[in-house]
Amino acid sequence: MAQFLQQMVNGLALGSIYALIALGYTMVYGIIALINFAYGEIYMFGAFTGLFLVLTWKANLYLAIFGAMAFTTVLGLVVERVAYRPLRRSRNAGRLSALISAIGASIFLSTLMVLLHGPATTGFPTLFQNRNFVLGGASISLYQILIIGVSALLMVGLDLFVRYTKTGRAMRALSQDADAAALMGVNTDLMIAITFAIGSALAGAAGVLAGIYFNAVQPYMGLMAGLKAFAAAVLGGIGSIPGAVVGGLLIGLAEIMGVAAKLSDWKDAFAFAILILVLLVKPSGLLGRSIIKKV
Amino acid sequence: MSTVDNSVSGAVPGAPAPRRQPAWLKLWPVQALLFLALLVAVWAVTEALNLVIPAYQGQILLFTGINVIITLGLNLITGVTGQLSLGHAAFMAIGAYAAAICTVSLHLPFALALLLGGLVAALFGVVLGFPTLRLSGDYLAIATLGFAEIVRVVNTNLKITNGAIGYYGIQKRVDLPLVAMLAVAAVAAMAWLENSRNGRAMRSVREDEIAATASGVNTTFYKIQAFAVGAFFAGVGGGLYAHTTTFIQPTDFGFLKSVEQLSMVVLGGMGSIAGTVLGTIVLTAAPELLRFMSNYRMLVYGATLIVLMIFRPGGLLGGVDLRDAVRRALMLGRSRTVRTSVGGDGQ
Repeated sequence: MAQFLQQMVNGLALGSIYALIALGYTMVYGIIALINFAYGEIYMFGAFTGLFLVLTWKANLYLAIFGAMAFTTVLGLVVERVAYRPLRRSRNAGRLSALISAIGASIFLSTLMVLLHGPATTGFPTLFQNRNFVLGGASISLYQILIIGVSALLMVGLDLFVRYTKTGRAMRALSQDADAAALMGVNTDLMIAITFAIGSALAGAAGVLAGIYFNAVQPYMGLMAGLKAFAAAVLGGIGSIPGAVVGGLLIGLAEIMGVAAKLSDWKDAFAFAILILVLLVKPSGLLGRSIIKKV
Repeated sequence: MSTVDNSVSGAVPGAPAPRRQPAWLKLWPVQALLFLALLVAVWAVTEALNLVIPAYQGQILLFTGINVIITLGLNLITGVTGQLSLGHAAFMAIGAYAAAICTVSLHLPFALALLLGGLVAALFGVVLGFPTLRLSGDYLAIATLGFAEIVRVVNTNLKITNGAIGYYGIQKRVDLPLVAMLAVAAVAAMAWLENSRNGRAMRSVREDEIAATASGVNTTFYKIQAFAVGAFFAGVGGGLYAHTTTFIQPTDFGFLKSVEQLSMVVLGGMGSIAGTVLGTIVLTAAPELLRFMSNYRMLVYGATLIVLMIFRPGGLLGGVDLRDAVRRALMLGRSRTVRTSVGGDGQ
């Protein structure tokens, strides 16, 4: 039991990181039905910004997270402006062209980081002394508390924002029917940009948290994390904000349980095996709305 | 986009144009003979080319040919049938490993090994085709992506594939004439398939699944068929790849490989054979041509993808009918071809 609880704690910490990235995927998808493949790279840039701030400016934890979030917000806006907006404007650009453009942006960003930093893995400097607390037989480290805490805070903040602000209402309207929302006076371009900015900020925060937790930052870290987070978003039902959180936590838990069962060689396959199984039973994801296609 | 010639207004867009050919050209023995003559010509030309060009350029041509075979399979699944696949490299991996095991462990002849590699991949294509019955669009895309990741992890952990170390000791059995002939045969087979009843059914699935079902097209059957045939092509290509490099490892067939193959199809023009071939040639040659930039080449590659999609979202040959273009260039007068829109995926 204690062992199980312990793995639950580890899984929650890992799952929180996936959930934070998955939120970005799901929000963008909910509004413009685009898989933003460059998201994993934005997460990676977040981790590097945090690292840079700590190494050169001796920033503390909070400054590192806020700095990374600010930088990735700008980066997300630039990517949207350069790689996606022109395609949205062009009449004969299908969704696949947008996907290829996103992939181009992803390749560009990861190569850029290899050029800036080199392909090697860098450890994250210790920001504070890690300690372990024992809680009902399971030990939880300060790092894990930090990750779960910061993630929960950001998720609650996002939920309140989407639910109770005017901008949030406009975003929800846009995801229900973009044309109708535009007719009601919603500035769609601005709302899409805000969505990208929010998602990128969350990915940036996730990057710093992951850098601290795994004590490793490298230019290709975004690929696998991005794929798993995307799987998490689809698992929960893409377009659904609670779904992304549930999916992220589930995938994190499944991965940790797999490692605990001495199957760590197979861990990268777990997320996707679960995803495929769920999709076979419930094709629109756990919390997703099923769309009935009308003629 | 879809401009219909006055002469044939009312014809179904996408239907093959009525061609004005002499009747004797339509007899199958004549066509078979012409095809054989073409293969012999390709063999002679590439055999001569092999003597003239340096080894490095020959190698690039070789990989271009292999990639053409593989991306034609993806074009059938994604371009013609409209089922977005992000895991095409998995079929290539299955074919590569199956063919390699056939020649190295089972001592089977190379030709049989290639065929078996293709068939095993096709079997997995059928297995993966089944989820498409329930999934569509991006859900399908992520399922194929997941399938590819699972294949990679399985290949990394199985004994028979020699795990992460990679499978080595494969004999080099592939040369340029062989690949060129197979690539030409693949193009011919795809052109034949796409103009057949089955090809039209597949295209109807892409254009409007509900309308296709209502018209009596068994969409399930044709989706699975597209996956099986597409996977077969990838499997054969994988077998060729394994017997070219003589060493394969699971990371050769990762997500980035699938993405690269999809970029080739989309860049050239979805659903167009000529476009797929062109996109494959450009994207296989581009990293080599950009090699002088050393570290910056992938940066340029990524930026090029974005710029191309902004200025030609339908792909290089998207919406261009090659026969039409050639006729116009030769000033042979107006053809009776109906142009269809292939910009994006038509949604």
